[in-house]
Amino acid sequence: MRLINRSPARPLAVALAAAPFVAVAIAYAIGSEIRLAANPSDKLLPAPGTILDTAIRLFTEPDRRSGEILLWRDTAASLIRLLGGVGIAALTSLIIGMLIGLLPYARRSLSGFVAVLSMVPPLALLPILFIVFGLGETSKIVLIVIGITPFMTRDLSQRVLDIPHEQIVKAQTLGASTWVIAARVALPQILPRLIANVRLSLGSAWLFLIAAEAVASDVGLGYRIFLVRRYLAMDVILTYVIWITLLAFIIDWALRLLTRKAFPWMEAGL
Amino acid sequence: MSFVSVRDVFQSYGNRPILERVNVEVNEGEFISIVGASGCGKSTFLRMLLAEERPTRGIISIDGGEPAVEPGLERGVVFQKYSVFPHLTVRQNIVAGEGFQTPSGRLRGSKRREALERADAMLDRIGLNHVADQYPASLSGGMQQRLAIGQALTAKPRILLLDEPFGALDPGTRLSMHQFLTELRAETKMTVFMVTHDLEEGFKLGDRVLVFDKPRWDPHDPGAFGATITYDFDARDRGIPFQRILDLYPSLAHVS
Repeated sequence: MRLINRSPARPLAVALAAAPFVAVAIAYAIGSEIRLAANPSDKLLPAPGTILDTAIRLFTEPDRRSGEILLWRDTAASLIRLLGGVGIAALTSLIIGMLIGLLPYARRSLSGFVAVLSMVPPLALLPILFIVFGLGETSKIVLIVIGITPFMTRDLSQRVLDIPHEQIVKAQTLGASTWVIAARVALPQILPRLIANVRLSLGSAWLFLIAAEAVASDVGLGYRIFLVRRYLAMDVILTYVIWITLLAFIIDWALRLLTRKAFPWMEAGL
Repeated sequence: MSFVSVRDVFQSYGNRPILERVNVEVNEGEFISIVGASGCGKSTFLRMLLAEERPTRGIISIDGGEPAVEPGLERGVVFQKYSVFPHLTVRQNIVAGEGFQTPSGRLRGSKRREALERADAMLDRIGLNHVADQYPASLSGGMQQRLAIGQALTAKPRILLLDEPFGALDPGTRLSMHQFLTELRAETKMTVFMVTHDLEEGFKLGDRVLVFDKPRWDPHDPGAFGATITYDFDARDRGIPFQRILDLYPSLAHVS
């Protein structure tokens, strides 16, 4: 039997899915063991047990000076920035993408502009954003918006253009105005794609968020990582990295669930 | 006075002529089949009837009205594919035939209830009552086309345009669709234009069969001339001519 036609049975499939995670964990444990054997106060690869202790401390013990649990404050601050930025970007790209996809006039005037805009490296604009918007929340949110809006807009406008022309003509023969075609034909078919876009762009959004927080902030997940870097506190950094990964995974999973629940027609053919 | 009149219509894309000097008059309630080889402009002709394209010269008018500049309520259309909205259920697709005309695209209150009742009556007529709450993607090809026809009729068009509506269906389904369309026509007396590749289908369903072809052909430059209507068959009475001549000229009965 050809390799492309073989697929694993259920128990083996689960084991195969878990294998890379286990392999990474084992590799880390061995590396940490070797370094700690040579130098018990080595900070580079803390033992898994140490990381667990640190994680429990970070999640439960309040800061001695402020009396707040810093990790939760960081999480809240970062999530507000992230969701704010992604939300604004999603709404903006939806509106502009629909305009470009539906109206030839908007397409002529905007699509070239958006294409050029999406080539600007957002991180290069970060200093400008700090100068213009100050070091507060605005510049961080704006960085996320600038970073992900152009490519989401390009994709959404393309998706609107991909709606079969027959459907648009049919809607016209049913007497639909431009507005009705936008609201009742294009929008409902684009929304699943918008959510897919948000899922794809969350990775870049995290990148821009952490970069902005690393450069100038006083609270946030990225800020904390870059702060404790000075003390080589690998246990804290690793806890934060795992926590961020978990958050990103949960958001992604929730959006996938939303797509399945909110757009039953997409799976009707399957 | 004919119902649909096409006068001296030319169409070209850039320098390439597609149709030239197309003239045809159609009476209300006639079923017109349009046949011809690929690339002979039959789909272009249908798009012009639909007002999706405007002819470079000439006039197409319905019931003596102004030539249309964009598709509208006067014309109903069913394409080979993508004629229904995938994100609406079967019933919502029918209701859209009324609801899309409103400024918001939705019906509310008593109007909505009445439209839903009419939609159920239509679903009954096209035999899709049992799948009213399903999405089109879960229907078979024939059911989707029945839905598309029902949806188009709900908007009460003056003429119905069919662009190879049964081209993607299997032969058995196609036959039952012919039956369905024949019955529906007998009820509604709708004026229908149907583009088809299938000559047999064209003659079976149509009152008239228009054949599109190129009357002039330059072997060195096949694109030099456009196509036009080269034959206009009377397809009634199974294509045998003069079967109704006594209706027109009763005096002929006494000749012998």
